[in-house]
Amino acid sequence: MDIYSLFREFADSWALLALVLVFAGVVIWAFRPGSRKVHDDVANIPFRHEDRPAPAGTTGARGQGGAR
Amino acid sequence: MWDYLKLAALGAIAVVAAIAANYARDLAYMVNALTVMLAAAITFVWVLRRIDTPRPQVANEYLDGVVRAGVIATAFWGVVGFLVGVTVAFQLAFPALNLSELAQGYLNFGKLRPLHTSAVIFAFGGNALIMSSFYVVQRTSAARLWGGNLAWFVFWGYQLVIVLAATGYILGATQSKEYAEPEWYVDWWLTIVWVAYLAVFLGTIIKRKEPHIYVANWFYLSFIVTIAMLHVVNNLAIPVSVFGSKSVQVFAGVQDAMTQWWYGHNAVGFFLTAGFLGMMYYFVPKQAERPVFSYKLSIIHFWALIFLYIWAGPHHLHYTALPEWASTLGMVFSIILWMPSWGGMINGLMTLSGAWDKIRTDPVIRMMVISIGFYGMSTFEGPMMSIKAVNSLSHYTDWTIGHVHSGALGWNGMITFGALYFLVPRLWNRAGLYSLKLVSWHFWLATIGIVLYAASMWVTGIMEGLMWREVDANGFLVNAFADTVAAKFPMYVVRGLGGVMYLAGAVIMVYNLWATVAKQPASAAASAAVPAE
Repeated sequence: MDIYSLFREFADSWALLALVLVFAGVVIWAFRPGSRKVHDDVANIPFRHEDRPAPAGTTGARGQGGAR
Repeated sequence: MWDYLKLAALGAIAVVAAIAANYARDLAYMVNALTVMLAAAITFVWVLRRIDTPRPQVANEYLDGVVRAGVIATAFWGVVGFLVGVTVAFQLAFPALNLSELAQGYLNFGKLRPLHTSAVIFAFGGNALIMSSFYVVQRTSAARLWGGNLAWFVFWGYQLVIVLAATGYILGATQSKEYAEPEWYVDWWLTIVWVAYLAVFLGTIIKRKEPHIYVANWFYLSFIVTIAMLHVVNNLAIPVSVFGSKSVQVFAGVQDAMTQWWYGHNAVGFFLTAGFLGMMYYFVPKQAERPVFSYKLSIIHFWALIFLYIWAGPHHLHYTALPEWASTLGMVFSIILWMPSWGGMINGLMTLSGAWDKIRTDPVIRMMVISIGFYGMSTFEGPMMSIKAVNSLSHYTDWTIGHVHSGALGWNGMITFGALYFLVPRLWNRAGLYSLKLVSWHFWLATIGIVLYAASMWVTGIMEGLMWREVDANGFLVNAFADTVAAKFPMYVVRGLGGVMYLAGAVIMVYNLWATVAKQPASAAASAAVPAE
């Protein structure tokens, strides 16, 4: 079988299946139990560090309002 | 030590560029080599004057100087790009404006048209993306840009790409691939600049202080990575001579066409969509002062968009030598794209839920909202035009140009204007914009300009599509090509006037932003200010 046909067959079978499964996995992951709390928190990231970076040594300001 | 290495490298580049200019086989190459020589020489002097002066370490501040430079570059290239656009619009209506006698063909429509598209997409849009991504990634990672002054290299390197490409087009250096016209050496240089851009962006994300990578950064990162891949593959070419601008594509025939439109459509999908969605997911929540409507939806929006967009390219090649299955694949994926596009539009618009009154009181948010509206409109129109039966009417007509402009002027332009109005008072530490009234003027001029543009192009596009396919009882074509050209004249004038209005709005914006910096008092919250660098 020539390379084109080989690739073609792989692309419209296993590769397609893998991509669909990865995408379905992403959607399921987004809706996993307990994700609401995380998402509510990370949606507020733009409002935390407007003026200057987090000080050295800290690991973010999850849920604390940050260094506003 | 590092400075001395820089000086040696810059000196070497200047000498090599001078040698290249001497042996140049064509005018475009010679002018480009001289430009490189000049750029290297200026940078050499600049590095030399700063050599061995101690520079303070400022890890606890954001690197905003490069964002300020990017704001200026965005506004400047925007006005330049719109001006060239208005010029080519009137050249189509009044061919005498090609000034063929005077300019000997150098300012013909064919030369200025790629200048316009590159100026608005890559100079205006590209600077907006680089500048805003540097601003957003720092704020959402709570970290200063990685790589010290590498961000400045990205900024100036990118401006050099723009200047080399623009002068090259006028003097005849083009590889004739739409949106990928620059010749091989500009492509190589852009690759270097782009890798540096990726390093700065990714480095900042890696050293982030927020545990989570905010969704805007996902969009920006997909834009940077995908554009790198598209750019390299679509520009695989072998130079005829190292001292000439001409190169030969590695692909030929339908493979070359498919590679080009795989590139071309994903330039739309990842440069003009994913990158600008990164802007939307930061600036709309900031200006509305409320978090994005649904973070879950933004995650699904992201993955659905990048999984689907990459397959949509073949819809540019319906009814060509492309195999039927490829063309059907492109059409199907374009139609499925409706869903993530509208999901993203809903997510952006609904961010305002509970704060709809801001549309009435805040012209900046109005600008952002209409840009999301145009995003929804053009992502509805695009999939519709990708359907083969519709495409057989719309392809090669002005409908396509109208579609592109409702997306580019409406979505990309308006969201960029909104971001500029948001950024300038903050970056220059001013107590608000100089005039909200002027923002309103800008808003209405730009909106009415787009409506004139899109409406006239719908009319003329459908008209010429119908005229081209009209046959008489014996099966002969009724209209000559020149008949359609003559019939389009009034619409061309209306389109040009729409462009004038859009340009006028942008000029008002530039004045307003300049006055904000020059005439507005400094912000009261000076302690929280970003110091000038």
